[in-house]
Amino acid sequence: MKTSKVLAAVMAAAGFVGAAPTHAQVSYKDMADALHAVMESDRTVYTRMVVNRLQNEEKVIKASEHFKDDKALPLPAQMFRFGAEMVAEKKMPFSYSLQSLWPVNKQNLPKTAVEKKGLDAVAKDNTKPFYGEETLGKTKYFTAIYADKAVAQACITCHNEHKDSPKTDFKIGQTMGGVVIRIPMK
Amino acid sequence: MANPAGRKIYWILWGVLSMGVGGYLTAGLLMKSAAGNPWLQPARTMFLPGKTTHGHYQIELACESCHANPFGGRDALQESCERCHGQELKDAVDKHPRSKFTDPRNAELAEKLDATMCVTCHVEHRPEITLTMGVTLAGDFCAHCHKDIAEDRPSHKGMAFNTCNSAGCHKFHDNRALYEDFLAKHLNEPAHHPRQQIPARNFREVAAAWPGYPVDRFPLKPQTAADAPADLMQSREAVADWLATAHATGGVNCSGCHKGEKDGAEAWVKRPDHKVCATCHESETKGWLTGKHGMRLAEGLAPMTPGRARQPMHAEALDKELSCTSCHGAHRFDTKKAAVEACVGCHRDRHTEAYERSSHYTLWKKELAGEAPAGSGVSCASCHLPREEHRAPGTDAKRVLVQHNQNDNLRPNEKMIRPVCMSCHGLGYSIDALADAKLTLENFAGKPGAHVKSLDMVAQRLKELEEKRSKKSGSKASADERR
Repeated sequence: MKTSKVLAAVMAAAGFVGAAPTHAQVSYKDMADALHAVMESDRTVYTRMVVNRLQNEEKVIKASEHFKDDKALPLPAQMFRFGAEMVAEKKMPFSYSLQSLWPVNKQNLPKTAVEKKGLDAVAKDNTKPFYGEETLGKTKYFTAIYADKAVAQACITCHNEHKDSPKTDFKIGQTMGGVVIRIPMK
Repeated sequence: MANPAGRKIYWILWGVLSMGVGGYLTAGLLMKSAAGNPWLQPARTMFLPGKTTHGHYQIELACESCHANPFGGRDALQESCERCHGQELKDAVDKHPRSKFTDPRNAELAEKLDATMCVTCHVEHRPEITLTMGVTLAGDFCAHCHKDIAEDRPSHKGMAFNTCNSAGCHKFHDNRALYEDFLAKHLNEPAHHPRQQIPARNFREVAAAWPGYPVDRFPLKPQTAADAPADLMQSREAVADWLATAHATGGVNCSGCHKGEKDGAEAWVKRPDHKVCATCHESETKGWLTGKHGMRLAEGLAPMTPGRARQPMHAEALDKELSCTSCHGAHRFDTKKAAVEACVGCHRDRHTEAYERSSHYTLWKKELAGEAPAGSGVSCASCHLPREEHRAPGTDAKRVLVQHNQNDNLRPNEKMIRPVCMSCHGLGYSIDALADAKLTLENFAGKPGAHVKSLDMVAQRLKELEEKRSKKSGSKASADERR
């Protein structure tokens, strides 16, 4: 894998490292790995300590796709998407989303060749991320795909019982999809 | 042949006239005050590139409202759109937000339909291509991304490309009353609910628990004596009117509205404007300034008058300037009068004139006569200025307040289903009634002649999924038995 270098000046302009010295360099891969570490941790914390604890264990509140109407908790996937939408509004030079080979919402099926290849790869081996490059529109992207695993009972109960889920036999620890991070390449 | 001196005079005259006309047009175009200046308005009008849509014609001469930065391109226009419409899209849980189209994985779709910008679909001043909802795209825009929908939803096979948006099933932005799970939750509801009542307003209760409420100025205690200076107290009738209001019982005395912030002549404001009402009624005023009644004031223009409207209005009302008191009436602030009489006093269209023939009006008369409970009558305001639940600022208390932007739920009219129709009617009946254009025009005097099949389709889909699930669990059980 070619490790492309992103000049600190570019990152500084994007607001990542403020007034960092010009000799500092961060590779696309390292950047994506760092972003994913934060995303995965927050996502796991919300799923286990909020949704699974309050819905499945304590049974005090439910999580629902229609959380406003149902006065419920947002689903972990929605929590993730709302964060991604807020990042998009800030016009940061990266984007991320949750995709799956078995999504509840068909819009989240892989679309690009890299997504297809990456989701297949992390479904087969969820210990290693998949990295690739692709051109979408007129922009070339560094694309990293990380396995998204079932970390709590809430994940598998909801997906296995959802009327729109194409797969109904997920088990704890299995890959349910992938986190796709894209960084535009200079 | 004219002599050279005579010709010179013509040239000078031509030059002066040209400069005058040029100066007049330039002033009309560039001076911000031109929109409100009756002498310069004709000059501005000449620069309008085409008839403005029903949503913006009231402010069409305030060019700067939309073209705040004439050289800013689409981004600057987008900022202007969002200034007025951004919040309502957020409230509507917009199904096609900007972020959907900035996602690189949708780059291919965004190339076909760049919905990151409002002007991709809603171009102003183009009446020849403007469809309903101010859409200026060809009617097949859904198909750009969803043409394969029948693969996922076989029930949609063979449906015409323009029916997604026009058959009462899906809307591009606001699907709060139309999404599948909501339909599923409200299957088989009766046309009329046993309890038919709109929510009661609760400003008095919420104000008491509201940290930001100006209690020093409005002490929340009943007032029995008017505190206006004797020399300014011109009408006993005004005092009697005030004493009968919630203002008097809620602690709002004359000075609460009329006392100005400055000393001297301006210490007593004879005709307080909407900004004074906003001291306590901020949300209502904000809504009113966003709607067609108040948007001219919001853009610094002279108030809206029925004479400036495109809809049919009563001749005697044409010059009436709209303000809070034009509907509510100063001192009396009779909300019942504001809910019907104020509307029909100006509006003269078929829908308004049919109101008196509707069962909604019969219910309203019963409520007014005390023969039916409060909130069971249906006035113009019940539907067009609905009572909605909001969080009161700074508290956890929920406040039922009147949405004073009467356009908020009007287009598409499905926006009316949840906050209005479903207070009394089942979802299926509501969808059918609003899809019947003739019935709407006749102010719902009758039963829906149209039928939207969306609920039937959801019921069928749920049945099929249930059958599939039972079959699957049945075959799993027999497999277990065989083992």
